[in-house]
Amino acid sequence: MTIIVTDRGFAADDFARPIHPLEGVEALKDGEGIEIGPADDPGALIPLLGRIGLIRIRFPVFADGRGFSHARDLRRCGYAGRLRAAGHVLADQYAMCRRSGFDEVEIDEALAARQPQDQWLARANWRDHWYQARLRAPLCA
Amino acid sequence: MYRYNDFDEAFVRERVRQFRAQVERRIDGSLTEDEFRPLRLMNGLYLQLHAYMLRVAIPYGTLRVDQMRRLADIAERWDRGYGHFTTRQNIQFNWPRLKDVPDILDALADVGMHAIQTSGNCVRNVTADHFAGAAADEIADPRPVAELLRQWSTDHPEFQFLPRKFKIAITGSPNDRAVTRAHDIGLRMIRNAAGEPGYEVLVGGGLGRTPMLGQVIRDFLPAEDLLPYVEAILGAYNLKGRRDNKYKARIKITVFENGLDAFRAEVEKRFARLRSEWKGADRALLAEIERHFAPPAFREAPLDEYEAFRAANPAFRAWTDTNLHPHRAPGYAIVTISLKKPGATPGDATAHQMRVMADLAEAYGHGELRVSHEQNIVLPHVHRSDLPAIWQRLREADLATANVGLVSDIIACPGMDYCALATARSIPVAQAIARRFEELDIEHEVGPLKIKISGCINACGHHHVGHIGILGLDRAGVENYQITLGGDGTETASLGEKMGPGFPAEEIVGAVERLVLGYLAIRRDAEETFLQTVRRVGLEPFKGFLYGTEARDAA
Repeated sequence: MTIIVTDRGFAADDFARPIHPLEGVEALKDGEGIEIGPADDPGALIPLLGRIGLIRIRFPVFADGRGFSHARDLRRCGYAGRLRAAGHVLADQYAMCRRSGFDEVEIDEALAARQPQDQWLARANWRDHWYQARLRAPLCA
Repeated sequence: MYRYNDFDEAFVRERVRQFRAQVERRIDGSLTEDEFRPLRLMNGLYLQLHAYMLRVAIPYGTLRVDQMRRLADIAERWDRGYGHFTTRQNIQFNWPRLKDVPDILDALADVGMHAIQTSGNCVRNVTADHFAGAAADEIADPRPVAELLRQWSTDHPEFQFLPRKFKIAITGSPNDRAVTRAHDIGLRMIRNAAGEPGYEVLVGGGLGRTPMLGQVIRDFLPAEDLLPYVEAILGAYNLKGRRDNKYKARIKITVFENGLDAFRAEVEKRFARLRSEWKGADRALLAEIERHFAPPAFREAPLDEYEAFRAANPAFRAWTDTNLHPHRAPGYAIVTISLKKPGATPGDATAHQMRVMADLAEAYGHGELRVSHEQNIVLPHVHRSDLPAIWQRLREADLATANVGLVSDIIACPGMDYCALATARSIPVAQAIARRFEELDIEHEVGPLKIKISGCINACGHHHVGHIGILGLDRAGVENYQITLGGDGTETASLGEKMGPGFPAEEIVGAVERLVLGYLAIRRDAEETFLQTVRRVGLEPFKGFLYGTEARDAA
């Protein structure tokens, strides 16, 4: 079982629809999910953004920051649906995820055991101490 | 000078609180060593050869008196009584204990300082002309923009895990003292034909194992577009930069492999898309920051006593000849305090010396100090009538070396004495060269000459842009020093060219001496500098000085 982290802490995954890999995008039905990896070009999704129920951006390793730019780009292109960072994401990166436009983070049980809920909730104040918000209108508040 | 507002203050306190928790979470196993590493790096904490090293940011090289005093306190309380000023306007403490680091960061926060993003694969401390706001040749003061960039880059959510480190430098003067062409992004404040302020934007410069000079990606960027454009460059780099090989991961390689035109097209596409996110709050903030950098109230005073003292005292006169730079205000000078006394470690200052410099800045320097990328300390605003008093205090503190810009004003990385990456020593080489020229007593005759020494191919000593560059390598367990000639980090930037086979440690000082004596023999006249002579005659005569039969016989 994976764990979904939001500003309220840990929860079970409540997204019950199929999540397609980017190369299987033709099979997408309204409200279903799409998954992309760091090396993918999410540009192909732009015409479909209104139909997608969830975009899951994979983080194979926490040190690969491409997912943050993908999230920003998808929001810039008007994606208003659910956006999830999934994989090796640290509690220390939770605020970066939220500020980049992610709604939630998906982690496995081992990581959740090592970095329990309180370590994530410690960063749930991501709207505070945020230079970017001072420099421009908040991204998707 | 910039003073933290409530937001900045709360930010650094929160950041220290987070780091304190990260140290605890590393110890309790919540964070693995691999996970902790980038987190400590983005808070300035390295693991070096013998101990941890804390690198503290001195944004755009500007320090207040209370900040310099706090650095002295930290050196005494938590380190071994000294600090090392670096080529990127930081100060490094070489011996802190991990458990003390959060307390050190709190002590820094008390005076509006931090160690954020002085390391790691993120946007590093933004550097600027160390004579900013004072130099006679300046078009505009780059420090407010550097502060804006500091705030923009700090904890930027998209750019904390870039392919590699990212360095930005800015100058507001046509005479480039910030080495902008050797940075990932170099910014030059200019005006267009209509007189409007903006930037020439350079991208893809860097030294290291693959030295490249930055290229112009935008010849005129309107001032108000700076942050969105820089953000577009960073976004393009974050996605296109290589992550398969750390030695190919800097933006210079991204630009080189994709081609400047293709990279520019990508940047412009992103810029067009994200520009509308910027609605003017950044401009309002910049206007507020600019108020912090209002020039001090300059005074007028007679210069008779200064001139008389200068005429009567050759040592003082020699110091004023080398260590002063023209100031924009009448009667004023910019003073460079050399941290390069022959035999000392370039860039090191003791706690006592830091306090003396702070006292002088308080008494005579409108409360301001600067750190130069050449590892010296600058008093940017000094009335010449105060120079005799300053010089006498500096002499008492062993800080009155009259060698700025000369042979013994050497830039050197920490090298194998401290650094885990180094393949050779650099500090002892710098010390030995400085001592040799002190004995020869010819450095004032030689004139401007920049020697830069790196102890490995990562080039922290900037040897590629030294008039004489020295690179220390490891050849089968033996230190070997390669010489490059003709490098230049200014507006006439060029990369030094390799001369030929390297020299063992015991021969490198003699090799440098032969180059310098050779220059003296062939220069057109005393006005022709070393670099001008190299550019006029090329490398061949100098190869003769280095490797010729005369030299071999003499050795």
